[in-house]
Amino acid sequence: MKVTFPHMGNTYIVAKAMLDDLGVDYIIPQFNNKKALELGTRYAPELACLPLKINLGNFIQAYEKGADTILITGGCGPCRFGYYCEMHKEILRDIGYDMNVITLEITKKNKRELIENIKCLASGLNPYRITRTIINTTEVAKMVDNLEKMTYKVRPREINKGETDRIYKVFRSKVLNTNGSENIKKLIKDTGKKLLEIKKDEHFKPLKIGIVGEIYTTIDSYSSFNIDIKLGNMGVEVDRKVTVSGWIIEHMIKKALHLKRDLRYVDAAKPYLGAMIGGHAQETVGNTVLYAKDDYDGIIQIYPLTCMPEIVAQSILPNIEKDYGIPILTLIIDEMTGEAGYMTRLEAFVDLLEKRRERKTVGEENLLYGN
Amino acid sequence: MIKKIGIPRALSYYQFYPLYKTFFEELGAEVVVSDATSRKILDQGVKICVDEACLPVKLFHGHVMYLKDKVDYLFIPRLTSISENEYICPKFGGLPDMVRNTIDGLPEIIDVEINLRKRSKNIYKSAFEIGGIFTNNKKKIRAALNKAMKIYRDYCTHMQEGALASDILDKKFAVIRKQEKDMLNIVLIGHAYNIYDKFINMDTVNKLRKENVNIITIDMIDDDVINANAEELHKSMFWYFGRKAVGGVMDIIKREDIDGIIYMMAFGCGVDSFICDMVQRRVRSAGNIPFITITLDEHSGEAGMDTRLEAFIDMIKWRKKDESYIPAHG
Repeated sequence: MKVTFPHMGNTYIVAKAMLDDLGVDYIIPQFNNKKALELGTRYAPELACLPLKINLGNFIQAYEKGADTILITGGCGPCRFGYYCEMHKEILRDIGYDMNVITLEITKKNKRELIENIKCLASGLNPYRITRTIINTTEVAKMVDNLEKMTYKVRPREINKGETDRIYKVFRSKVLNTNGSENIKKLIKDTGKKLLEIKKDEHFKPLKIGIVGEIYTTIDSYSSFNIDIKLGNMGVEVDRKVTVSGWIIEHMIKKALHLKRDLRYVDAAKPYLGAMIGGHAQETVGNTVLYAKDDYDGIIQIYPLTCMPEIVAQSILPNIEKDYGIPILTLIIDEMTGEAGYMTRLEAFVDLLEKRRERKTVGEENLLYGN
Repeated sequence: MIKKIGIPRALSYYQFYPLYKTFFEELGAEVVVSDATSRKILDQGVKICVDEACLPVKLFHGHVMYLKDKVDYLFIPRLTSISENEYICPKFGGLPDMVRNTIDGLPEIIDVEINLRKRSKNIYKSAFEIGGIFTNNKKKIRAALNKAMKIYRDYCTHMQEGALASDILDKKFAVIRKQEKDMLNIVLIGHAYNIYDKFINMDTVNKLRKENVNIITIDMIDDDVINANAEELHKSMFWYFGRKAVGGVMDIIKREDIDGIIYMMAFGCGVDSFICDMVQRRVRSAGNIPFITITLDEHSGEAGMDTRLEAFIDMIKWRKKDESYIPAHG
């Protein structure tokens, strides 16, 4: 059994740590690339959402490197992601890639199957070993997210431009050759130290932009055209509340153990969106309100074309924009999105935010231009 | 004064209108339905609604625009789930919020949540909440709901017997004929609001009937049969429509008397994008039933639609006539 899994931003580090600890043989697909998207687009239904297509490309590329088993998570709707596992299975079977799909989820039908699969992955049902792996994996996830957050803070403030990117890039490839959660944690710590050593302009006050939207396209830098890095290099500090570790801790562990979850976004979303409607719509709406209250300069919503929950959120955002006076830009991504057009919009948005801030601090009458 | 309740002629209208109407009328309200979809209604919806929404949701906004100054209340329930363990679609769940945040100057919206995912008895909770607007008499509300449910069940039975929802709703019983000889049996799959709205599907139903086609819909298949087939899926479907469509098709491909399958999907529909693919895979692997996908959107080139439908029907007819014919000249 050679396991593979889909890419989503830095999740490969988390999955790698887990599979290393369990001693499972695995293959990490190539980082998301044009070829993967092309393969996915060829075989997936035309109107399916972007993550399904990229994931399909990941699996095909991993298959060519020898993988035979896919490890993904599931869900019970109403977002399409919950049925990805079955779609992948059917598509791959029909195009002749014979791969086994293991879905880590609990449904009515699959309890026995799930236990069998865990037994197979963890070579036995040793509760100590499984709990330890879960704890270590979660810790790695948290550390990876914190590291990423640190780059968000350092990047706009660095004096020698490009230093953060260099360190971060080295980390992302170095981690591929680092085995086991302990070593990975050490590497993350070292990288964090290096980031702290970067020379920063402490007086610089960057613009602050909150990124909201569908989880895959906000987390995965390939599909968002590295929006976080690009903004950072334009001198903008970004923040993203939906993270992989947040998802593991809030949605999987706390839900399974019935612990109290951090539901601030639900309260914030209430006046606009009264219920959970699937996907991350409630997070998008709620976090937008929270960012607005936190005095952020702007919000960017990102989602893949035809994403059902985010369309609902998008139709609500203009009212938050009006109520809180915060500019919101919505970027929709599909396989046809061109980078140049995307960058133009991003730059224009940042320019707009800068002018707004100037007007606030300098006062309207002191501007040399305008009407 | 009698309260006027506006029900947009879109989305859940095609499935639940008899239920809604009976329920409100039993409680002494007047039900106002928006006009049949027209160019103007669609254009208004397209103009006001967020660009990325699917056609049916845009159309819904158009119907709301039509109704908003004519009624005291708009009935836009939050339809999270209408069956156990299943959802409809995220946009149904967020519909009242979408409408409220898009359209200004709305009358009061009745946006009670209907969520039967965990327990189908929850319908009473929702009914009491809605009925509470008109009366405090719980008994009266319960009676109204029971009567509405009975009417709804009759409506479903009627459909199972072979009537189309649009025939019943428009009271065109004359067109429900006994099956004639040499009719083509064609299955029309799609969300109720796509296959029964004459305007957005460019009157497909009548176009097919003119070609001597007997239309079969998923609503005509017995629920138990659908469920038994859907049970074969490796993972249970969590969309109401998905279970019906895939389960229904799994039954249809076992039948001998089906001449063709038309899947009518709306552009931008997330559920359709997966279900259509699953249906198509099953039809293709089962043998040689002709299958066509027709995607609806707000553009209105009727000629293109006619060409595709005619070509599909012609192909089936030629196939019936000529397939076993082997010319003598080789």
